[in-house]
Amino acid sequence: MAYHVKLEAYEGPLDLLLYLIKKEEVDIWDIPIAQIAGEYLGYINMMKLLDLDVIGEFLVMASTLMKIKSRMLLPQEEEAIEEEIEDPRSELIEQLLEYEMYKERAKTLAEKEEAQSKLFARPEAEIPSSQPTFEASLFDLLTAFRNVLKEKAPEIVREIEPFKITLEEKVEEILKRLESKEKISFSLLFKECLSKGELIVTFLALLELIKQKRVRIRQPKLFGEIAVYRAPA
Amino acid sequence: MEREKIKLIVEALLFTSHEPLSEKRLAEVLEGIDKKSLRNTLEELRREYQEKENLEIREVAGGYQIFTRQDYAPWIEKLHRTRPTRLSRAALETLAMVAYNQPVIRVEIESVRGVDTSGVLHTLLEKNLIKILGRKKVIGRPLLYGVTDDFLKYFGLKDINELPSLKEIRELVPEKEETDEEVKESEEEN
Repeated sequence: MAYHVKLEAYEGPLDLLLYLIKKEEVDIWDIPIAQIAGEYLGYINMMKLLDLDVIGEFLVMASTLMKIKSRMLLPQEEEAIEEEIEDPRSELIEQLLEYEMYKERAKTLAEKEEAQSKLFARPEAEIPSSQPTFEASLFDLLTAFRNVLKEKAPEIVREIEPFKITLEEKVEEILKRLESKEKISFSLLFKECLSKGELIVTFLALLELIKQKRVRIRQPKLFGEIAVYRAPA
Repeated sequence: MEREKIKLIVEALLFTSHEPLSEKRLAEVLEGIDKKSLRNTLEELRREYQEKENLEIREVAGGYQIFTRQDYAPWIEKLHRTRPTRLSRAALETLAMVAYNQPVIRVEIESVRGVDTSGVLHTLLEKNLIKILGRKKVIGRPLLYGVTDDFLKYFGLKDINELPSLKEIRELVPEKEETDEEVKESEEEN
């Protein structure tokens, strides 16, 4: 299996060229093309040898270097000497200088990144009021209660029993349950009720507790399940 | 409202905010405060924080925010068990191209960097450091890129003009000789 290694040190052909120019300590304005092109090809061959992924861009640059080299070897025509002859390297030099400029800019960005990464601000805070809850209304409660009644299959009960549980007892029971838990869901509160009578007492107890501001009811989303909370002391 | 009270409110607002608060936003909260006294308050507060060893108020991305100071980073990193991540060189070079030339198209970036940049651009878009500004009205209608507010926050910049000019960079990196042409170019950029 072939290894694919990305040379982090040389991001691209321009990077490699700049590296070679620095390494050989040659003048960027007067690049000895033959020497640098030779070095450059040496690196590409090495990359091939190591089975590094030599991408097209490196090869394009190699051919550009060869082109410049050959143009510099050609004897200049006599009449051309009179005119301003464009150095075949000038385009490459321009490109190198521009790239170097952005390398420096990238370096200053890296310094800023480094500095900023050591400074910490408050992360997104959990401000309680930002919790998306709605204050549930009495109608929401009634609707929820109707649903509870609907869910409880209409039992056919023919006996008439006195209420076994009083409002006061139910109030205490709800409060007691809220002691151990932060909240109880509305439907859960009614699930354990045995009779319609108890359902009603539970509902009345809930209304009483709301009136006394001892519990709070909240809805996480509109028409969603209502939760009963202990009111803050 | 008395001056001292305003300052305390502003401080409380900055304390709770997880992003830079602009003067505009602060003025909205402190209804009816005039610009000048708000700015004076902020200046006073900043001066007070300069005395602090561990905190400072910095101007970032067009707003004010409380930051811990550099020396306290090791403890904060330990508390949150984070190691700061760093952008790759390719990402930084591409960001530099976008920041200094925006709006800029991909081909322009690639002509300077000499390598394919589409992957890097994609990553930077995902990190919300750059955004698409629109399309250039040339053949092919290529996408135009620019930097975001998150870019300013990430590098701790007040605004885009706070990026050092080429001249300033050259002063930091003194080995290069500057030609007249380049000086002119960098001045134009300022």
